[in-house]
Amino acid sequence: MNGSILTPKAYLRSDGRKGIRNIVSIVYLVECAHHVAREIQLPFREQGVHLMGFSGCYPNEYSFRMMRSLCTHPNVGAVLLVSLGCEGFNRRGLLEAIRETGREAELLVIQNEGGTRSTIQAGREKLACMLQVLEHTLCVAMRIDELIVGTVCGGSDGTSGITANPAIGRAFDRLVSENACCIFEETGELIGCEHIMVSRAATRELGHILTNSVAKAARYYATLGHGSFAPGNADGGLTTQEEKSMGAYSKSGSSPISGLIKPGDIPRMGGLYLLDVVPDGDVRFGFPNINDNAEIAELIACGSHVILFATGRGSVVGSAISPVIKVCANPETFRNLPEDMDINAGRILEGLGGLDEVGDEIHSLIARVANGQPTASEALGHQEFVLGYKSFEPIGPTCHPTYQ
Amino acid sequence: MLSTIRLFPTDNVLVLTRNFQAGETIELGDIHRTLQTPIGLGHKIAACAISPGEKIQKYGAPIGSATAPIEPGEHIHLHNMKSDYLPTFTLDEGREFHHTA
Repeated sequence: MNGSILTPKAYLRSDGRKGIRNIVSIVYLVECAHHVAREIQLPFREQGVHLMGFSGCYPNEYSFRMMRSLCTHPNVGAVLLVSLGCEGFNRRGLLEAIRETGREAELLVIQNEGGTRSTIQAGREKLACMLQVLEHTLCVAMRIDELIVGTVCGGSDGTSGITANPAIGRAFDRLVSENACCIFEETGELIGCEHIMVSRAATRELGHILTNSVAKAARYYATLGHGSFAPGNADGGLTTQEEKSMGAYSKSGSSPISGLIKPGDIPRMGGLYLLDVVPDGDVRFGFPNINDNAEIAELIACGSHVILFATGRGSVVGSAISPVIKVCANPETFRNLPEDMDINAGRILEGLGGLDEVGDEIHSLIARVANGQPTASEALGHQEFVLGYKSFEPIGPTCHPTYQ
Repeated sequence: MLSTIRLFPTDNVLVLTRNFQAGETIELGDIHRTLQTPIGLGHKIAACAISPGEKIQKYGAPIGSATAPIEPGEHIHLHNMKSDYLPTFTLDEGREFHHTA
């Protein structure tokens, strides 16, 4: 294996993957445990303790798989699970899956701990111990071909598809050429681009799979009667789903598409991957992703160390687990929300830079973030997290042809 | 600096790269069109005359169809084009609209 060094100090995990952060995740396993988990986190918020969780009381295979992938993500060093006690989530199974990776993991069940106050006290003691253990995590060098980068767009407008999205595409092209792994997503935002995208598939079979995944998204959204399109998109000059799609599609750059993955699948080698976020089968649990953070959580569950977030109208979110780099497409939004943005791609519209230049700027910021520099949303304490219900069929071998 | 861009040679729309105020004039070759309403950065105008039913082309790809005759330089948005796939949902002063596909 070769490849240039991304950072001399990454956190080595037992499965060989490496993290660019070393956080403790505190996880509530039902909404009823959310308050207790948040209170446990409160004094440690500035010390790399992130809160995430699942609200539902009913068990769901997708949610379990997502949570297992997230709790064993290379940016996560230790996990504290907080359960009410009577919810349907398989807390023992999750605890064991995390411990199998060698991570520190603890479980508190509120109904067994004496209630709210006692659980908060016990949780804070456990967190303090975990943070001490994490100080001794083995650090090693990490190459750029070990990096996974996900991309998402949110709050898109008529500038997104002209500046930020294609600039991310340039950064992706460079990363893929360095054998890093890049993931783009939201098949519902590729409606109208399927015929163009298919020509970039690594094999003919994969081309069919990509086309089918977009057709599935079109059916799904048609049943719901609503595309992946918000009123702010129209205010910003986007008129139709397919117009938004063409802009979103440009985030993928121009590399060949190596495979299609589903939430929780971790690409096994470098290349460009499409993450299919739309559930399989009949419409069952509502909108595929209720907001941008549900998509970000899925990109992270696929191993993304860092997320490139293109925004035109001006999203301010970050995420639990992995840093989010905000690439602002609209120069006016950048002036309006400078504290929330990392990169001003909108300057291209004012003649102050080109796509290649902004693409290079994104690439070098990824390297600095991998070396510990906090992103704007990270420094502001944004740690949004959303996980809902879905159902998926596992991917077949033709989804990942380059691996065989 | 240009205030409109054509993203692909075969596109029949141009994208505004700055905000235009009502009363400003957009020049397309010999055609001069004075705007009745402001049009925001990122919005589209017609690069040529477009007939109802004709595809709107942007990024070199169809992004929907015209629903009314569109004059060169005219603002193209929900009032004169529609999706070929899915309805578009908007909010206007607190009122909900579902623009049909």
